[in-house]
Amino acid sequence: MLKDITLGQFYPGDSLVHRLDPRVKLVLMVVYIAMVFLVEGFLGYLFLAAFLAVSAFLSRIRIKFLLRSIRPVLFIVVFTFVLNILFTRGDHPILEWGVLHITWEGVRFAVFMSLRLVFLLAGTSLLTLTTSPIALTDALERLLKPLNALHFPVHEMAMMMTIALRFIPTLLEETDKIMKAQTARGADFDTGNLLQRAKAMVPLLVPLFVGAFRRADELAMAMEARCYHGGRHRTRMKVLRVSRADGWACGATAATLLLILLERLL
Amino acid sequence: MPVEVRDLTHTYNEDSPFAAAALRDVSFAIEDGEFLGVIGHTGSGKSTLIQHLNGLIRPTSGTVIVNGLDLSDKSTDLRRVRRRVGLVFQYPEYQLFEETVQKDIAFGPRNLGLDGDEVQRRVEEACALVELPFAAVRDKSPFELSGGQKRRVAIAGVLAMEPEVLILDEPTAGLDPAGRDAILALIRRWHEGGRTIVMVSHSMEDVARLADRILVLDHGKKAMEGTPREVFADAGRLQEMGLDVPAATRLARELSDRGFDVPRDLYTLEELEEALLRAFGEGGSAC
Ligand SMILES: Nc1ncnc2c1ncn2[C@@H]1O[C@H](COP(=O)(O)OP(=O)(O)O)[C@@H](O)[C@H]1O
Ligand SMILES: [Mg+2]
Repeated sequence: MLKDITLGQFYPGDSLVHRLDPRVKLVLMVVYIAMVFLVEGFLGYLFLAAFLAVSAFLSRIRIKFLLRSIRPVLFIVVFTFVLNILFTRGDHPILEWGVLHITWEGVRFAVFMSLRLVFLLAGTSLLTLTTSPIALTDALERLLKPLNALHFPVHEMAMMMTIALRFIPTLLEETDKIMKAQTARGADFDTGNLLQRAKAMVPLLVPLFVGAFRRADELAMAMEARCYHGGRHRTRMKVLRVSRADGWACGATAATLLLILLERLL
Repeated sequence: MPVEVRDLTHTYNEDSPFAAAALRDVSFAIEDGEFLGVIGHTGSGKSTLIQHLNGLIRPTSGTVIVNGLDLSDKSTDLRRVRRRVGLVFQYPEYQLFEETVQKDIAFGPRNLGLDGDEVQRRVEEACALVELPFAAVRDKSPFELSGGQKRRVAIAGVLAMEPEVLILDEPTAGLDPAGRDAILALIRRWHEGGRTIVMVSHSMEDVARLADRILVLDHGKKAMEGTPREVFADAGRLQEMGLDVPAATRLARELSDRGFDVPRDLYTLEELEEALLRAFGEGGSAC
């Protein structure tokens, strides 16, 4: 019932991309996003597409799976496309019909905006598909460490994120189970008007919340029993190390960035 | 309400790296009034199997036919099946949600569209069946009860729908011996009313005590099927699958191995008692 959520789902593997240092991947992702916004011409998109295609190939993630992450937001992409086509002004009309003005500039802009969204989604999905959420928060914690100087509780935030991420699958599983159990008791989650549907959620939400609180309690107890103490002096089981592959990845990204900047300038 | 399962295969998360065949080509039938025990190691597909029996999950391939209705057919009205095949999930106490015990038990019957008096009658009857003092618990919050009591409320919630086929997934898991006996006794009472029961368990003792027939699953496949006597006779095979035989069978086999005249295929405590009395009683060699 809840299986279509690929956005932000980890696809375990052992490819070159999977093995990159998560900190490097995170930084490169920021650069990638910047590139998506820097691109101005179709040539630039070609460079970006090549970059993405090579990364996707190296990650050994099937294209089908990567594209599936776009499906939940396809509506937004289409919406952006239509909106831009209809409301962009320009001097080269293609079609004029009553209040409807469709211009060359509009089509161009709409295609650009949609491509931009698709590239953003595909790129970030590639990151989350090849990096476990735990590794990501770990990387985030390291990168944000300087904020400690401003008394921002970096470690605590990262730990909270890790725990939250860790329990998302559990919660989904639990939701599925309770939904099935209530369905077996004749509950109906799929029909009726809005009010009826909202009411039908009560038998699902109450046990879900009760369970979440119980689990939080148990987890806190278990952490305390093992003397958990955040902050300084904590050592790591998995120490992150930058490897040669990370160097190559940075190089490739830098080259793509250069190409895109060149295209923009020339 | 005969149930027939043919070549049932189920794969979770098809076309994803998480794809896992939970069931492979399982076939069997359940007759009216029968008590079928389903045993198997953790992850062998027991829960997946029983969720097919009232259409909560659809087969990847194969068919499930309940009372002539094909559940793998998309046009079958599953609600019609669900009101006649009741399913008690594992740890059912985690699905309680109402303010009072009475309202929680009434949830199922009310979903059936019964009128108030009938719902009330069924709630009281179900309470009596699970031996909960109705007057004392009716207005209590289900969350204040003890673990064993919560489980009985949850089971009563399904019994109140008066299903013709009752399926229970590990109904005694996590209970103390007294709680376990209470649950088993109520299942037996329900069965004595002539209703069909399917009970999943990994306690051989529980299954030996109640089942007419046993289905053994191993890694999603049907490994054995037969009467408890037939199944428990093949202790070696069960042990290979990480299962065990009931303690009574184990003792009888040990004695037989050491040359005593005790049948190797008994499986209930009563049979064991009788066999021991026969072997040791008269001669007075024991005790
Ligand atoms: N909702 C689910 N999604 C994915 N895999 C599942 C799900 N439920 C069960 N499985 C997998 O299917 C297999 C059989 O599980 P299950 O039917 O729960 O076995 P059992 O009840 O015998 O312990 C296991 O390998 C389990 O991990
Ligand atoms: Mg199970």
